[in-house]
Amino acid sequence: MKTVAVLDYGMSNLRSVVRALEHVQGDWRVIVTRDRDEIYKADKIVFPGQGAIGNCMQLLGETGLADLIRAGLEHKPFFGICLGLQTLFTHSDESGGVEGFNWFEGEVKHFSTPLVDSDGSVLKIPHMGWNTVKQSDHPLWQGIPDNSRFYFVHSYYAQAADDKLVVGKTPYPDDFCAAVAQDNVFAVQFHPEKSQHAGLRLLENFIKF
Amino acid sequence: MLAKRIIPCLDVNDGRVVKGVQFIDIRDAGDPVEIAKRYDEQGADEITFLDITASSDDRETMVHVVEEMAAQVFIPLTVGGGIRELADIQRMLNAGADKIAINTAAVFNPEFVREAAEHFGSQCIVVAIDAKQVSDDPKRWEIFTHGGRKPTGINAIEWGQKMADFGAGEILLTSMDRDGTRDGFDLDLTRAMSESVPIPVIASGGVGNLEHLAQGVKEGKADAVLAASIFHFGEHTVGDAKAHMQARGITVR
Repeated sequence: MKTVAVLDYGMSNLRSVVRALEHVQGDWRVIVTRDRDEIYKADKIVFPGQGAIGNCMQLLGETGLADLIRAGLEHKPFFGICLGLQTLFTHSDESGGVEGFNWFEGEVKHFSTPLVDSDGSVLKIPHMGWNTVKQSDHPLWQGIPDNSRFYFVHSYYAQAADDKLVVGKTPYPDDFCAAVAQDNVFAVQFHPEKSQHAGLRLLENFIKF
Repeated sequence: MLAKRIIPCLDVNDGRVVKGVQFIDIRDAGDPVEIAKRYDEQGADEITFLDITASSDDRETMVHVVEEMAAQVFIPLTVGGGIRELADIQRMLNAGADKIAINTAAVFNPEFVREAAEHFGSQCIVVAIDAKQVSDDPKRWEIFTHGGRKPTGINAIEWGQKMADFGAGEILLTSMDRDGTRDGFDLDLTRAMSESVPIPVIASGGVGNLEHLAQGVKEGKADAVLAASIFHFGEHTVGDAKAHMQARGITVR
């Protein structure tokens, strides 16, 4: 039986992600783990992150998960969610400035304040709720209509140095990186586990491809 | 463009929905999970469960309700009622809640909100504010506790700003003057709050028809609108609400 490992660094609320994966898994085994052997043996990796990035990177270092993530990024199908996207970039301004895994070159920045929409209205931060994602061609979008809405909740966003790696863009009010992908790695800023049909389909595609 | 959210709210007492819910083709009208599934199918953007169980001994029931709901419904779930310490939040998050609404505990111990936001992240901390108008000119609203019976002397708008500073990710603002009246939101209160805080505001209290929902967004400047009875009694579906809001020029999912 094939296994998808959900990385547990101790802070994130993983239940939603696990339940969503169990819902779409077919005959895959879904495990929540920080165990080195289990993660090495797993066929695919899901890395959900929540909370503040400084705390997250610190815990990843302390638990040894940081090395396992680096190894996983090298060769395993890897799916990052929320902070699991942001930490893959070079650097984040959050938590007084934190170095990420630098798998994708780019910066994670706070939405500018005040954030003003084209009609003059003030946009709230965090960016919370259902927003559209403009897709670029990628197999994981299969069966999901372009500009489908996904559930977001975040105050920082990633700016990729290489726009070609950005496979999903969301306006708030300017486009930011909602999804980034290269080879075996796919990461999203939104929460597929909370994005009803479109989100479940994305997770299902990750497991099946 | 970010969609304005429609959030059906269920009051849950000892694992059963109260305030009466009448659907035509639901066998067990009091089962919160069944009702939540129905709202999910209708296109609800989130679901809120408020635990109004009197005894804390019975709260374990709510944990099971949340677990069952989270295994079947894949949209955000907010749980509130009786949240007093970090362990309460942890228990509900573990059960599958995405956001936790803190109400009375925040009033008695505002530092609790700061601790909760630092520990779990602002994204899952909602501060619920029950406000009543106490003067007309200039308009002023105060926080009331105990179901709107006990005044606290705290200015509701200033309180909202303080809670945002303390790390709340969102404010659930209920007008105790309008709650249960079906006369519509207190739009002045909603707008005053929304324009005073940088975080999203959910309007609550008083919805009696679909136009009230649209008013909450257009005039109240709310980021999300919460309602209970108009959905529970089967008068309107969440889909009806979205169609109406869209016809009023509001972006919905």
